[in-house]
Amino acid sequence: MAEKSELDVGYVAKLARLNLTEEETQLFQKQLGDVLQYAAKLAAVDVSHVEAAAHAVPIFNVFREDEPRDWFTAEEALSNAPQKANQLFIVTKVVE
Amino acid sequence: MSSAELAALTIADLQALLRRREIAPREVLEALRARIEEVEPKIDAYLSIDFDSARNEAEHVNVDLPLGGVPIAIKDIINVAGQPCTCASKILRNYRAPYDATVIRKLRAAGAIPFGKTNMDEFAMGSSTENSSVKPTRNPWDVGRVPGGSSGGSAAAVATDAAFGALGTDTGGSIRQPAALCGVVGLKPTYGRVSRFGLVAFASSLDQAGPLTKTVRDAALIMTAIAGHDPCDTTSLNEPVPDYTAGLGRDLRGLRLGLPKEYMIEGIEPQVKTAINSAIKHLQALGAEIVDVSLPHTDYGIAVYYFLATAEASANLARFDGVRYGHRADKPRDLLDHYGRTREEGFGPEVKRRIILGTYVLSSGYYDAYYLRAQKVRELIRKDFADTFAKVDAIVSPTSPVPAFKLGERTADPLQMYLADIFTNTGNLAGICGISVPCGFAKIDSVQLPIGLQLMGKALDEARLFQIAHAYEQSTDWHKAKPQL
Repeated sequence: MAEKSELDVGYVAKLARLNLTEEETQLFQKQLGDVLQYAAKLAAVDVSHVEAAAHAVPIFNVFREDEPRDWFTAEEALSNAPQKANQLFIVTKVVE
Repeated sequence: MSSAELAALTIADLQALLRRREIAPREVLEALRARIEEVEPKIDAYLSIDFDSARNEAEHVNVDLPLGGVPIAIKDIINVAGQPCTCASKILRNYRAPYDATVIRKLRAAGAIPFGKTNMDEFAMGSSTENSSVKPTRNPWDVGRVPGGSSGGSAAAVATDAAFGALGTDTGGSIRQPAALCGVVGLKPTYGRVSRFGLVAFASSLDQAGPLTKTVRDAALIMTAIAGHDPCDTTSLNEPVPDYTAGLGRDLRGLRLGLPKEYMIEGIEPQVKTAINSAIKHLQALGAEIVDVSLPHTDYGIAVYYFLATAEASANLARFDGVRYGHRADKPRDLLDHYGRTREEGFGPEVKRRIILGTYVLSSGYYDAYYLRAQKVRELIRKDFADTFAKVDAIVSPTSPVPAFKLGERTADPLQMYLADIFTNTGNLAGICGISVPCGFAKIDSVQLPIGLQLMGKALDEARLFQIAHAYEQSTDWHKAKPQL
């Protein structure tokens, strides 16, 4: 298992699209270091013959009929929009 | 009957009065409103209440339905059409649910009235309700202590008769632990038993909604209403729903209850140990046989849980990007600034911490060592339970190693807070069901603090848990004790 010191909170925060203050970065570095140290005990478990469990109740390939049904109107879908106009979401500029 | 007496009724007793037309649904609402006005300034259990809509519903409700005319409080992570659904987060401060979650649709179909939204740890991340961005909820037995969490508002409201019953959600113990700390009943159903459609997702492979109530019978009534298959949730189980009240009253003769040796760890408050031991003797006296069992991977539960739950949370919370709903940062320079600041301003510290941890364990180079390994140990934990349930009908343990702790006592040390879930989160990892029922009090600093007994059952065996918990509850007086506010 990786050493706790490998966690770089500043770098991971960028991956997560989450700005942190310098204070938060240092605090989380320490606190999550403690958590990773605690969790290092998992390295001791023999898992060589174990299949990973993504969830506890194995249900696979759940399908339904592809039929239209009543759902949100455009107004309802836009009802919580931070910015909207002409029945559209206004988003931050993504192209130059 | 005074409004305080009315508010103190169980759902079963209240519904009987409603059905006999001895009381009208609007009188019930008025009594509840009076009680909430009295206790809410002291416990802060609610984030929003909509009595106007509730009164309107009360005028048209069919009281002959199983929950006809019964107001139910809803954790603020469950969508109720037209009401706020903030998850106690700044990022959803102005959000209003455009639709009903399936559990709400089912509650309404059974005649219940969802009238208010209860406080919680932000996005259900926490064990004390102190991570609410709005306010901490207080434990009604000692307002200087936490109610547990994350469904702390639901538990505190039920404990003070400020709700007849409530819905919570449980990802690692978030129904059972606050139920234990506030002295009420709380059930985490089997994964897939109750639809997750309309719940704001925290850790999708672990989340389940369930009831918090004054009695086991009330929990069985709510479960009968909310359980069942839902085509809108692909993980929901297509199994028939029994009448969960049908087995109540059966005795415990012939039942085998397992006592896991791994659960009597150091760090358990001695008074909790004493209470659990006398509850076990009590269950024996009721006819159950107690069997020593072993769940050898218990000690890994917290570590597995925090890798898997944070990994799933980091993916689920990616949707809070300030585009379609929720908070958006003012005048972003570009898209990265938009995302980075929106999420910085919208999320509280615990949510940020978990997004970081979850992103890390999923990131390239660490996925195998952390995430994949945790999934494999999860399978070993699941197998521990499967092996044990081949020998026993249910497992008995404390719900929480300690009674309610003081506000602020654990906030500086996330790891200590995480350890609050040590007896509950393996149940989520294994996908089984568990219930917490009051089993005594600890006297700490001269105040009485409730203790919870946890019963865990194999997948879809909720009826068995209700039977055992009901038999225990009805032969004790713990559930009749009320906090003096």
